[in-house]
Amino acid sequence: MLIVGELINSTRKAISQAMEQKDKAYLQELARRQVEAGAHILDINAATSSNEIENIQWLADIVQEVVDVPICIDSPSAEAVAAGLARCQRPGMVNSISAEQERWEQMLPLIQKYGAKVVALCMQDGGMPETVDDRLEVAEKLVSGLTRAGVAADDIYLDPLIKPLGVDHNFGLQALETTRLLREKYPQVHVISGLSNISFGLPERRVINRAFLVMSVAMGMDAFILDPLDQAMMSLLAASRALAGQDEYCMDYITAVRAGLVKA
Amino acid sequence: MSLFQEMSEAVISGSAKKVKELSEQALAQGNDPQNIINDGLIPGMNIVGARFKANEIYVPEVLISARAMHAGLNVVKPLLSAADTTNKGTVVVGTVKGDLHDIGKNLVCMMLEGAGYKVIDIGIDVAPEQFVKAVEENKPQIVGLSALLTTTMINMRNTIDLLKSYPVKVMVGGAPVTEKYAQEIGAHAYAADAASAVDRANELVAS
Repeated sequence: MLIVGELINSTRKAISQAMEQKDKAYLQELARRQVEAGAHILDINAATSSNEIENIQWLADIVQEVVDVPICIDSPSAEAVAAGLARCQRPGMVNSISAEQERWEQMLPLIQKYGAKVVALCMQDGGMPETVDDRLEVAEKLVSGLTRAGVAADDIYLDPLIKPLGVDHNFGLQALETTRLLREKYPQVHVISGLSNISFGLPERRVINRAFLVMSVAMGMDAFILDPLDQAMMSLLAASRALAGQDEYCMDYITAVRAGLVKA
Repeated sequence: MSLFQEMSEAVISGSAKKVKELSEQALAQGNDPQNIINDGLIPGMNIVGARFKANEIYVPEVLISARAMHAGLNVVKPLLSAADTTNKGTVVVGTVKGDLHDIGKNLVCMMLEGAGYKVIDIGIDVAPEQFVKAVEENKPQIVGLSALLTTTMINMRNTIDLLKSYPVKVMVGGAPVTEKYAQEIGAHAYAADAASAVDRANELVAS
């Protein structure tokens, strides 16, 4: 199970402010707390700032001053991803590549050059995938293309492209079914998602997010981009892993309880 | 309660069957098709829009109401004569070039339609030249540009630059777009969400 801490993201108001004011202490504290809470990788995103390149490098530098985990460079811009990866002290992660031709051609060389892990969105030119089959078709392009380019299966994190349940009541099932089939078809590749798209347009979004987390673990999702400071979420994740047979003797669960990380 | 009030209520509660029946009844009583739309269906959707904006109702409920409104439109629209199709205005809406995201754009289209606008949805990944073509063909009062990515937002600017010589107002929106950015690129309005898109459109046609 891989947990990517999502909090240092410029689309969040507090973060874009901290970035503008160069509030290093606040951001470093947030980095430290996420790792303490169980994040294995920290996502950093400066995409909404006007000087993204400079900011992503600054974020990479200050985060790595205080934590030892890899960082995940989160941007649709290849230029920003290149700038961020160049500052990584250990192999990082790219969020994200897709099968859209331009993005593919720009991101792939960076992933190869830096030996980065990669989030691969099941999306290609011509529009969003509509059906489960559309997603599987794009996933096949991504996995075969990345593997051919020398990216290890273990470094690939397929994102099934989750759409909001509030827009169509079948979108939850679609995401779960895609996850199950991806897991079955590519046992060596990881399946990842964020937890907020699913609940767009619905009230009490965290309830939906948590239920989705539990159900997607059951379907074989093994990586999440989430807020590790959400203790209810982290508790459910530990319990879900144990229930899905991924936690021998339930020792991770028990250890997390003892550490105060898992609570009812 | 008058028939039109009842129709509005049925739109609000999302009862497609009832809206269809009431629309048929209204026609049978000799009501003008355009009045049925303007005084029965649209007032209902306006209330839905206001409640959505106030977070009293949620996306699925708006979708159910929109479906109910369409059940009425399907009955009434075929009877509109060409001269009858006066509406609040025409809006061309699309997601800009390089961007394939459609959910936000679709919500905006739905809300605008519910508010009485004629909406021309020209889809995703729309090049600036295609926006121009749609403007020439449809002569809208407003063009709505959507973008979800920081890398595609720039194409809003390119589109606006090309549209400058046309008598059309441009409204922009999407997750990374801000009021400040909208001003920088010369947009006439910024809509933070689907419900405010209607308010901004109303302001633009009034100005």
